[in-house]
Amino acid sequence: MNVEKVVTRNWGKPGQNTLQGYKQGGGYAQLKKALELTPDAVVAEVKKSNLRGRGGAGFPTGLKWSFVPKDNPKPKYLAINADESEPGTAKDRFILENDPHSLLEGIGIACWALGAHTCYIYARGEFKYPSAVLDKAIAEAYRDGIFGKKLMGKDGFALDVYQVRGAGAYICGEETALLESLEGKKGWPRLKPPFPAVVGLFGCPTVVNNVETIASLPPIFEKGAEWFAKLGAEKSGGTRLVTLSGAVKRPGTYEVAMHTSIKDLIFDAEYGQGLPNGRKVKAVIPGGSSAPVLTADEIDVKLEFDAFKPLQSMAGSGGVIVLDDSTCAVRSLWRVARFYAEESCGQCTPCREGQPWMARLLRKIEEGRGETKDLETLMGVAKSIAPWPPIGLGNTICALGDAGALPVQSFVQKFKSEFEQHIAQHRCPYGDKPWGHYGDFA
Amino acid sequence: MSDLFTADERARFDAGLSELLSHYPADRKRAAMLPVLRLVQSLKGWIPPEAMKLVAEKLETTPERVQEVATFYVMFHTQKPGKYVIDVCTNLSCSLRGAEGMLAYLERRLGTKAGTNGDKYFLRETECLASCGTAPCLQVNEDHHENLDKAKLDKLLETLT
Repeated sequence: MNVEKVVTRNWGKPGQNTLQGYKQGGGYAQLKKALELTPDAVVAEVKKSNLRGRGGAGFPTGLKWSFVPKDNPKPKYLAINADESEPGTAKDRFILENDPHSLLEGIGIACWALGAHTCYIYARGEFKYPSAVLDKAIAEAYRDGIFGKKLMGKDGFALDVYQVRGAGAYICGEETALLESLEGKKGWPRLKPPFPAVVGLFGCPTVVNNVETIASLPPIFEKGAEWFAKLGAEKSGGTRLVTLSGAVKRPGTYEVAMHTSIKDLIFDAEYGQGLPNGRKVKAVIPGGSSAPVLTADEIDVKLEFDAFKPLQSMAGSGGVIVLDDSTCAVRSLWRVARFYAEESCGQCTPCREGQPWMARLLRKIEEGRGETKDLETLMGVAKSIAPWPPIGLGNTICALGDAGALPVQSFVQKFKSEFEQHIAQHRCPYGDKPWGHYGDFA
Repeated sequence: MSDLFTADERARFDAGLSELLSHYPADRKRAAMLPVLRLVQSLKGWIPPEAMKLVAEKLETTPERVQEVATFYVMFHTQKPGKYVIDVCTNLSCSLRGAEGMLAYLERRLGTKAGTNGDKYFLRETECLASCGTAPCLQVNEDHHENLDKAKLDKLLETLT
């Protein structure tokens, strides 16, 4: 599993989160190089690299940039989505902590390509330490004359970069809710179209990109778009940062090749090293808790973005959660459902009413009070929010509706007998003791 | 309004406010809402109603707009919290690695129930804190602690005096 390191290339090197350390490794040379190209040539290079959005949707980055209208006289903005909050996902915070200047150099490249003179980095409110590292890096870049009136000394091209910290709302990771929050409002997603590339922050054209996406730009310009495309698989360029959690010997955040399978990630000596205590894989949530669950038979799938389509699931934000054969499917799903019930923003009726309803029904079933009709009701509520499969048929303004409805439908479909067992036996077959065979608090 | 801030707090608020407003277009003062509320909370420990009026005035919006934001985001305290706000992640990845047991242990040790705001402790369940590969985790007054086990937690609790 020898994988060329891209976004983690600098992690663990001493002083790497300072400007001096970053520059010693050749940092900011790629921004300089990009500034010698025309903005159109930069966009073309990014398109050629097959870089795709690492926030969850996997949308081609260069294509997204090209949606910004050229003839619009309004200012253009870049917003960086550092509001990492999808359960199972812990990757962007490590970029901020270990290598903030890679993100900042990428921001310089992206803003030059887009003609944007202001960038806001919207970081999760809970990221106290990562935000402190980032603030320090931004200040260093200003002091060094990288940001400010002349981007990297480029005459006539100013760039200001500001960090804005959120305040604890999962919904603000949705790009239009993020823009509302940046405008000082509660995070209620906007109807699309118009898309942010046309009408975004303050009504102006805005591109919203994930941290990992933008931090990939300096290596792309260092080694070339073709190198990056070739490093990937199919139409997904580069590598992927994934977070492995749950029932594995060695959980953590790993940079893997696009052609690495979920199975390899769990069992390979360099990554998960298999399950502890002789347990077997029961199920895997492959791309953050909103991704439809996979059974043990379905995990021989590449982490590349398009590979999940035949399975009606998604690579999402790279959060791989492993459930072992001693873990109750109903209880796992109830926990996931509670999250979406808690985080529904309240704007659309199917989601606002449906997510808590599903959580209540799952609790009832898990606690042994379930009736046969509850399973039907549960599936009915889920379908009214977003029927599955396929992905993408949601009835709500944003994808949070789908995010809560997809796990319910996939869990019930794939582990139906377990739900029925709970109802028939009036109890959880796995018992009601607290979870966590891997913790020592019980 | 006059007794909301001490003279020192007032000076820090004014300086912070003018810096924050410079980050936004002049006709978009309201955009500074989240950072300004964070500033108030850093000074007072919470966001009292009179502060919402002050923020509304400074950002040229209404107190209702401010309250709407202050109550939408869970990190803003619209009630004065205990000295130590302890946010325990009990989402799936943490629960699979013992978070429920950890929460029960904290309830026993601190003599409080999750969700109850006391003078010393405000112990809460919270949603995923991006420590899934380093679970279980919690935050004390926004300071992050991960890869927790009983020994580490006991050591941490000793510092909460």
